[in-house]
Amino acid sequence: MTQNDVIIRLQNVSKAFGGKQVLDNISLDIKKGEFVTLLGPSGCGKTTTLRLISGFTTPDSGTVYMDGKDISGIPPYKRPLNTVFQRYALFPHLDVYDNIAFGLKLAKVPEKEIEQRVRKVLKMVSMTDYEDRDVESLSGGQQQRVAIARALVNQPKVLLLDEPLSALDHKMRQDMQIELKEMHQKLGITFIYVTHDQEEALTLSDTIVVMNEGKIQQIGTPADIYNEPVNSFVADFIGESNILNGTMIEDRKVNFIGHDFPCVDEGFGTNNPVDVVIRPEDIYIMSHTENAQFTGKVTSCIFKGVHYEMLVDTDSGYELMIQDYNAFEPGSEVGMIIKPVDIQVMRKERLCNTLEGVMTDDSHVEFLDGEFECGAKAGLEEGDPVTVEIAFDAVELLDHQEEGQIAGEVHSILYKGDHYHLIILTESGGYLYVDTQDIWDKGDLVGITIKPSDIKLSKRNDN
Amino acid sequence: MTIKRSSWSIPYLIFLLIFVVLPLVLIAIYAFQDGEGGFTFENIARFFTDQDSLSTFALSLEVAIENTAICLLLGYPAAYILARKDLNRSAVTVILFILPMWINALMRTLATAELFNVMGVTLGKGTLLFGMAYDYLPFMIYPIYNTLNKMDKSYSEAAEDLGATPGQVFRKVTLPLSMPGITSGIMMVFMPTVSTFAISEFLTNNKIKLFGTIIQENINSSMWNYGAALALIMLVIIGITTLFNDEDEAGKVEGGLI
Amino acid sequence: MKKFFAQAYIWFLLILLYAPLVFIGIFSFTESRVMGNWTGFSTKLYSNLFSGMMQGDSALMAAVKNTLLIALIAAAISTLLGTIAAIGIFNLKGRKKAGIQFLNNIPMINPDIITGVSLFLLFIFLGFSQGYTTVVLAHITFCTPYVVLNVMPKLAQMNPNTYEAALDLGATPGQALRKVMIPQLRPGMVSGFILAFTMSLDDFAVTFFTRGTVGLDTLSTYIYTDARKGGLTPELRPLMTLIFATILILLVIINIRQARLAKKAAAK
Repeated sequence: MTQNDVIIRLQNVSKAFGGKQVLDNISLDIKKGEFVTLLGPSGCGKTTTLRLISGFTTPDSGTVYMDGKDISGIPPYKRPLNTVFQRYALFPHLDVYDNIAFGLKLAKVPEKEIEQRVRKVLKMVSMTDYEDRDVESLSGGQQQRVAIARALVNQPKVLLLDEPLSALDHKMRQDMQIELKEMHQKLGITFIYVTHDQEEALTLSDTIVVMNEGKIQQIGTPADIYNEPVNSFVADFIGESNILNGTMIEDRKVNFIGHDFPCVDEGFGTNNPVDVVIRPEDIYIMSHTENAQFTGKVTSCIFKGVHYEMLVDTDSGYELMIQDYNAFEPGSEVGMIIKPVDIQVMRKERLCNTLEGVMTDDSHVEFLDGEFECGAKAGLEEGDPVTVEIAFDAVELLDHQEEGQIAGEVHSILYKGDHYHLIILTESGGYLYVDTQDIWDKGDLVGITIKPSDIKLSKRNDN
Repeated sequence: MTIKRSSWSIPYLIFLLIFVVLPLVLIAIYAFQDGEGGFTFENIARFFTDQDSLSTFALSLEVAIENTAICLLLGYPAAYILARKDLNRSAVTVILFILPMWINALMRTLATAELFNVMGVTLGKGTLLFGMAYDYLPFMIYPIYNTLNKMDKSYSEAAEDLGATPGQVFRKVTLPLSMPGITSGIMMVFMPTVSTFAISEFLTNNKIKLFGTIIQENINSSMWNYGAALALIMLVIIGITTLFNDEDEAGKVEGGLI
Repeated sequence: MKKFFAQAYIWFLLILLYAPLVFIGIFSFTESRVMGNWTGFSTKLYSNLFSGMMQGDSALMAAVKNTLLIALIAAAISTLLGTIAAIGIFNLKGRKKAGIQFLNNIPMINPDIITGVSLFLLFIFLGFSQGYTTVVLAHITFCTPYVVLNVMPKLAQMNPNTYEAALDLGATPGQALRKVMIPQLRPGMVSGFILAFTMSLDDFAVTFFTRGTVGLDTLSTYIYTDARKGGLTPELRPLMTLIFATILILLVIINIRQARLAKKAAAK
């Protein structure tokens, strides 16, 4: 059933902690010898996925396979894989040598062989002569090397790395990235790497698995992920981008920022709302406006070392970020062109908020643990289950949590050129998606109100 | 300008010199004085030549060591269980173990002695050991629990990841890493037991005399110089024990009681 | 299964640990002079205890009053002295800091009997007549280190710039201390005070050696003398029961509140 070159397979794996779904039906194949990175913001489930593979967590449902065998029930100490822990977890009561020899001693490897292997691996991580050092006397980078050595000395089939570079400073991190990459090529074993740093993921990986809210968003090579993000989350998380609302007029023709553009995408139907992603370096900016697809006015221009980063207000009132090697003074009129291949069109994940609710009487409905007035509706009475639909821009956010009908927290923010698209995590644990002109910050506590006329109800007929 | 904030320590420094350092120096001075204030080795010599004092001293050490061992053997498993989230979920049991530390030790001891009496157990060395274990068990459990509870879970996970079975994880990682808790637990039990006086009297109905009792009797019957000499000898024992402990570990633990 | 044995062991130890206390609690509700001899349910010991309290003439009640008063005074002075000392020590460096911290540790490490005997010799040496004052001084000696120890971590947690920010905004050093530093140190001072208070309440040996011969008794010394005379005053049973119940209830409330706060913080 398993192809020969798949070493780790997760099949329909789910996991919840304290009622919160951390992993939601994940399936993933990892090939032998691959450098795979699990990438996502904190709480996306990437670390849980790693712990399922290492055996510190067992799935609620689904199966973990290694080399075609179900290993879901096998304890960590019997799994032929090793982990480099986030804060290294070097044993403070043992010196460098004994830390590295720990696994070999447990495996009852002859003393002489242990010594050879420890020396060899120390050489590999450039830590020769550090055998007798107390681990707490080592710098962060050195501890990191010992942690890698301690895992590699056991010759695991798979090496798991849990944000191993997060405690190092920027320069050191870049050096270690190169070394890790070289180590991977030399050893030829599978590396599974967890990080929230997209740059790290792009630099190191053969394959990137982008995760969010317990689901895999996209699997692909770094180039795939960067150039062809499948949704606005991936586009926003990887690199800088302009994410805009658009309408697919027909195949190969999309409308956004008030203009029609030729593109290369097909199969989105006609007149369907879509998300459009344009990387800032893919917009051509020029001082003459005659042959431009659209025009605008530069509002700011910052030198970023190699290129300039400019904000441009377009003729139809959208704000775009543009990167170019030439500077254009703030205030100057510019023309812009976007090539068809650089327009990335994505299906919208949702068009409005869709929630499940229950009528509490003929003019009130309860959802997200709050009771809302909704105006009397014929045919609905107390206790009826309903589907609630609310437009993104119909949700009103207030400064104080207690002023709202329900309370929540700003979970993420996406700038869409002329408005912000926010995801609000409500106190009930559910999500609301909101379009607003107001500026909020991530983590802001907000009150939420919805006008009765904006709540659209339909009877739900499931059991 | 304003006075430096580091100088705020000066009043306390003076206080410490008068009420901590000077008194300890006085123990040494009185120990080497005769009744008239002249210098003498008489008091120290008397201890080392008096069979009774020596055997009481030996008995005190023996009882303290045995009591510490009993507390460690009973207390470590308890602390381990309390610190393991998968074996003990409730914080209430932890509080219940700490609670007796807030009750006057004499009261607890008296209650224990009375209980032994009612049960018809003859008071003697057995009741002394058991009674003191009652008194001092919480002082052993708490620091060990504290160390285990604060221990980063990733150490045991790392060991397991490297192939250690649960038993090996405990022997090779958890136990060695809990040594600071064990040593301060030993300190907190050994120190008061080796120097106890009232507690041993209650628990043995005055049948067994410990070193602390002799010190107290000498001081109370105005034999200050010999009493001071005995106190000095105990101070030496305490000093030696302290050397085995890390800096201010014992203090840290007590500081975190609330 | 493993969990069952673990829990069984824990509760076995707890039953052993609490048996004497429960035993006293039970026999506080009978009139018999000796424990273990049940002469029927009665609250007479409790009413004796309370009437003694009302009249204020019983030696037991005097001892209780002394114990509380000494603990209160010693804890208050220790908190003041210890907080000022902690600020000073925190701002010291190098060997001076290590030295004074070493001295601060001595009273905590020293067994009570050594502290008691050494202070006894000090008061003899200085020619102080021993009584209330010497007992309070002795209690301050062994209580203050715990206050220092509880305040120091709060100083370490405190952002040192907040004090300077207060000065920058126009506060005098005194105002900066009162309005900015003390509020941040308060949790440490409170736990230091509580610890000092309970250490003082618990003390027997140090009081025993420093109380002199004026007949000053705290609860501990009262019990000691009483027990050595043979036969405990029966009223001690309800008293101990009440003290135990009070502490139990207080600690449970404090801990439940803390657990709730921690839960709330974790949910955020």
